[in-house]
Amino acid sequence: MSATAPAELELVDLGLDEGGHLLVERGLRLGGGELLVRGGAATVAIDLPAWCRARGHACAPAAGGWHVRAGQIDRWRGAERAGEVAAPSAHAPARWGLAARGALVEAGAPTLDLPLADRRTMWADEAARLYAQAVAAQWDPATAIPWDAPADHPAEGEDAVVQLMTYLIENETAALLVPARFLGRVHPHFREVMQLLAVQIADEARHVEVFTRRACLRRDALGLSTAGGQASLATLFDEPDFAIASFLLSVLGEGSFLALLGFVRDHAPDRCTAALARLAAQDEARHVAFGLAHLRRHVDEEPALRGRLAAAIERRHAALAHTAGLNREVFDALVLLAAGGWAPADLRRGHAAVVELVRTMDEGRRQRLVRLGFAPDDAARLSALHTRNFM
Amino acid sequence: MTELVLGAVAYDAKVVPIWDGFKAYFAARGLPFDYVLYTTYERQVEAHLRGHVDVAWNSPLAWLETEHAAAAGRRAEAIAMRDTDRDLTSVVLARADGPIATPADLAGRRLGVGARDSPQATLIPLDALAAAGVAPEVVLHDVLVGKHGDHVGGERDAVRALLAGTVDAACVLDANRLAFAREGLLPPGATRVVLQTEPYDHCNFTVLDDAPPAVTRLRELLLAMSYDDPEVRPLLDLEGLTRWLPGRTSGYRALARAVTASGWLAAWAAGRAAR
Repeated sequence: MSATAPAELELVDLGLDEGGHLLVERGLRLGGGELLVRGGAATVAIDLPAWCRARGHACAPAAGGWHVRAGQIDRWRGAERAGEVAAPSAHAPARWGLAARGALVEAGAPTLDLPLADRRTMWADEAARLYAQAVAAQWDPATAIPWDAPADHPAEGEDAVVQLMTYLIENETAALLVPARFLGRVHPHFREVMQLLAVQIADEARHVEVFTRRACLRRDALGLSTAGGQASLATLFDEPDFAIASFLLSVLGEGSFLALLGFVRDHAPDRCTAALARLAAQDEARHVAFGLAHLRRHVDEEPALRGRLAAAIERRHAALAHTAGLNREVFDALVLLAAGGWAPADLRRGHAAVVELVRTMDEGRRQRLVRLGFAPDDAARLSALHTRNFM
Repeated sequence: MTELVLGAVAYDAKVVPIWDGFKAYFAARGLPFDYVLYTTYERQVEAHLRGHVDVAWNSPLAWLETEHAAAAGRRAEAIAMRDTDRDLTSVVLARADGPIATPADLAGRRLGVGARDSPQATLIPLDALAAAGVAPEVVLHDVLVGKHGDHVGGERDAVRALLAGTVDAACVLDANRLAFAREGLLPPGATRVVLQTEPYDHCNFTVLDDAPPAVTRLRELLLAMSYDDPEVRPLLDLEGLTRWLPGRTSGYRALARAVTASGWLAAWAAGRAAR
């Protein structure tokens, strides 16, 4: 017992079974681990000793109350801060687990298998801003798209739209599943990246929804899915490296889709199709921006990554060399969409527009490769090797 | 060092992670250790007496049974116990809005108790009431008989019966009164305490005189465990203690009186002799 009298706590009629223990804990904290507790609740004489026993505190009757002495146990010895709340650490140890960044983590918490735990591999300073932008830009398919807008295009034009939607659904499904596979491996210490990937996945879920709804607006059956198109997407799906998957999907694939969706918007035969292409493109632009941002940071810290990225394009090109790439029906649908009719002049114009689209996609890819530090010649060569499936 | 084998009763699924954890902890400190789980304390006591296990994690009743059987030329010792095993009390609760305010009011009333072999929810409080000259009608809540009330379900059922009005009073461990309040089962102010028993002790690690020398090491390791150690803390949390203390047997007097007066111990010994 200490030489000085212990601090005193008067519980009045508050019971330990209705929150009184909080006052006792606070009293012990403020009183240096010793406390004289008094109280008038009917069961305090039973509850206080029982509560103290479970907490490892000593409790003995004293003048008019109970003398409580805190047990010499410290749950928080060896606890460590999970980095700083404001910015992520270079590496997040598995022992931080699911703790909030900046939380004090009790030693002995279970370690989780979260292999994407290095800032270098996925962080971008822009992540928080892009996430906030993404949340603010969420749109409701039920109200943002004029589903009932009049459409007077011919039946074959509608067939072309359905084929395009079928192709888009398939590609957006890949764009949903690829980040989803990585999301579960990202250490939540990199909270903004986790959140951004989650919104990106939600974006793609919405795209799958609206493309499906548009395809079914005037048709009962969807279009074609080709082996070559799926082979192209499978190479994305199977890529185990986050940087490479992000590079192939976001920078090259979704980057190309920006031009494609712009094309669909500009040549859509009805307002509904134009609106959903415009809205999807807005979302895709954020996905591309994040991919570029974290890869630019990554190559700055690890210049050798550029070589791996280039090799990944070459490897994918080789793996797809035996496939058809973009299915002919999709190409033709794009031509028809741009032509808007069957007159030779229309078709000539439509065909030229698709050729221009392909050139625009290539130009965009080259620019993004240059932003990642590739020399212009290398960027041109690598862009040319990108999958003919666009994604 | 030969492997030390502990007996424990499987009163809950958490028993497996608890002893698996201790097994790994002891092994890492050079004590080969394993455990055997029994479905009842009576089977464990019998196995211990027959030398199938070297040390038993015993309920207070199992301790008394072992001590009783060992009295015929052997010696039982309690080598360690939890800090939370000391100085428990049980309480008899009645509805605050009901007529029962003193033990005497329980005469002829229905008293909900736990499992028939629960020291805390049946044997000790019934003995305390008997000492007060009260013999209520006992309503058992026999959840997992053989586990000596380790499974708290019997006490919970007794409290539910009290709140439902099918019994007039209920017996619970003091700490469970608080636990049931935390669960929301027992609203504050809904019950009053009619009787509190004298303090008593609960479980211990029991060894017999033929225990191998490794039990000394086991005891050392137990007493050296620190709640501050993150490797140990989850095990202590699961087992419900903050530190291990040396065993003491002075806290079993109330239960010894109860099982002697009620004839429980004699009946157990007679049943054993008949087998």
